[in-house]
Amino acid sequence: MKSQHIKVLIVVAALAAIAIIVPNTNSFVILLTTRALAFSILVMSLDILLGYTGLPSLGQAAYLGVGAYLTAILATRYQFGLGYDFWLVVVLGILFAAALAAIFGLLAIRATGVYFLMITLALGQCAWGLAYRWNSLTGGDNGINLRARPKFGIDLANEVTFFYLVFVLFAVSLLLMYTLVRSPFGRSLAGIRERELRMKILGYNTWLHKYIAFIIAGGFGGLAGVLWAHTAGIVSPENVVLTTSVDALLMAVLGGAGTLVGGVIGAFIVFGLREYLSTLVPWWQYALGAVYVLTILYLPTGLMGIPERLRQRRAATGNREDVKKMAPVTS
Amino acid sequence: MTITLLRRLGPPLLGGVVALGLTLPSNAAEELRIGYVAPTTGIFAQVGKDMVDGFQSYLDEVNSDFGGAKVKFIVEDEQAKPDTAVTRAKKLILQDKVHMLVGGLLASSGYALAPVSTADKTVYVVPVSAADDLTQRDLAKYPYMVRTGWSSSQPSHPFGQWACDQGYKKIVAIGADYAFGYEVIGGFQRAFEACGGQIIQKIWPPIGTKDFGPYIPTIRQDADAIFTLMVGPMSLQFPKQLAAAGNKKPVIGGGTSYDEFVLPSMGDEVIGHVSALQYSAALETPKNEAFVKKYRAKYGKVPSYYSETNYTTAQMIHEVIKNNKGNFPGAEEFVKQVAALKLDTLRGPVTIDEMRNPVQNIYIKKVEKKKMFGYDKEELWNTVIKTYPNVSQFGQFNKDEFLKTPVYSRDFPPCKFCN
Repeated sequence: MKSQHIKVLIVVAALAAIAIIVPNTNSFVILLTTRALAFSILVMSLDILLGYTGLPSLGQAAYLGVGAYLTAILATRYQFGLGYDFWLVVVLGILFAAALAAIFGLLAIRATGVYFLMITLALGQCAWGLAYRWNSLTGGDNGINLRARPKFGIDLANEVTFFYLVFVLFAVSLLLMYTLVRSPFGRSLAGIRERELRMKILGYNTWLHKYIAFIIAGGFGGLAGVLWAHTAGIVSPENVVLTTSVDALLMAVLGGAGTLVGGVIGAFIVFGLREYLSTLVPWWQYALGAVYVLTILYLPTGLMGIPERLRQRRAATGNREDVKKMAPVTS
Repeated sequence: MTITLLRRLGPPLLGGVVALGLTLPSNAAEELRIGYVAPTTGIFAQVGKDMVDGFQSYLDEVNSDFGGAKVKFIVEDEQAKPDTAVTRAKKLILQDKVHMLVGGLLASSGYALAPVSTADKTVYVVPVSAADDLTQRDLAKYPYMVRTGWSSSQPSHPFGQWACDQGYKKIVAIGADYAFGYEVIGGFQRAFEACGGQIIQKIWPPIGTKDFGPYIPTIRQDADAIFTLMVGPMSLQFPKQLAAAGNKKPVIGGGTSYDEFVLPSMGDEVIGHVSALQYSAALETPKNEAFVKKYRAKYGKVPSYYSETNYTTAQMIHEVIKNNKGNFPGAEEFVKQVAALKLDTLRGPVTIDEMRNPVQNIYIKKVEKKKMFGYDKEELWNTVIKTYPNVSQFGQFNKDEFLKTPVYSRDFPPCKFCN
């Protein structure tokens, strides 16, 4: 178990580094990091389904949308959630998204593999359709502009303050999800991923396990949405559209599914290339494409799989050296 | 489990992404930094290219020298997504410390960028995004914004009158399902019904629709004409499918349905279609002819309204900076001075009304295949068949009464004659 402790320490150190370095960089980098952190919560929530339960969902953006639209509608129509009641909005965002996941889950969980993919895609597009067409509530394609960020003792209009808020919520989410996947419940999810039939024979209610995982993932998606709304200051159907779901899926796969942290690394790489590199060079899309292709070709287990592959290679060369050493003796 | 290399490398990697941002740009004196937002990737990339080329062609003409100030023109890709537009605008303001934001394509981008300009007290010049309310009911919210392009319903008001004059009685409208579509069609409906016409059906395909197969058969057969409002790649696709479906009705439409960003790629099926806008590449003035030739020699295509409006916007900014002897007069003053300009531009005489929207000619244009400006091939051109001079955003309507009605939407004006 000692190595697990070291891994945790490394992640904590990385988080500490972000918390210390980022506020001292320029404001655009702070803004981007805040965006990446908020989106990372969505990617991690997807990883619970994809990496730990073996359910490739293509509709995760719907929950981000619920959280984001809820925040925007409450703030612009009812001036609600702009003071201490922001925390109530956080809770409501999580609950509403979880409730939507509970409904979608009833329809989606019965399917597996590519059928699950298709159903979640269709459900996700339903959410997009609502956002796009329900003009009176969502503002249609224009979306909703949030005019102010919450103020409660601390003023979140300040980018650094807001960064810390998102950072803390991100860290808490990571901790909760980490605890979840290492709990007995998380272990049985992994069991379902590996061989559902065996889990059934062992007496597990696999449907219920998957259903609960689906709802939890939805809830975290809602949290990501609440933060996303205030990060961008605008909520539009673009946040709910299929490409947002696909982005999340690609980030999880890029970093390494079933690792939580992998998704975060994936999110930072994609945001780094798409939002930062793109301000410097026109060929950023090639760079992003190359990263995806190379990862799929050479690292099917994602970037988090690199150490494992290195270890295997070392072991393989080590074996060959052993053989060489033995060779003179036998000859 | 083993200690893994990447997890050791994790912190420096993350730090590296962050450290990239530590390089700050320097602030040279005598420099006018213009932050420009346009979609340079995605389905609107062609439009974005025309926007940037239009602005750039003016800069090239004056050698990037605005009355002594060297112009630094920084283009950012908004991908036609409002939250990307906001991020990029923030980058331009925070990192590049620009004097002004210019650009934004879709109505959604305009509505997203205007609040950024208010929050950061940065000038926002709007050459393209035509969302009506920016310069109508929401004007007070955006004190640092000025429009140099047009408002969506501006050409539609005279165009509705024109449709009545042609003797059309019943028209079906089909248009992109977003603010710009509602406003172009809404303005047309208001004017057309004010002079006795009837809009008998409104069809709203989502923006970016690639297949109009499900929509075309639903067009009512008792209509005298079809009014279309397309944007981006939709403009190319719709007339093709409409012709393939055997349509015999006259087709008229909003300016972007036949704008020159897509006109050269269109087939003969659009000949005879009529649209209304404040610019046509086929305007027969010496100024415009010179512009078209120069632009075409450089970029290999005729300029679209997207090119022209950005060229003119650059000209307006130049004018103001020149009047201030190469200095940026501050956000509030800059907006005030732009709004006071009276210029003779490529599109004709332009003044700016008290709600910071241009007053300008509206041209009714018919697609014709002919030779123009000495080019030796027969090509599609938007021939001007009628000019309505000095049209304001309220057109023939009373401003105060106009502002009392809600902004055009999917349900306003209500479709009284549907079914």
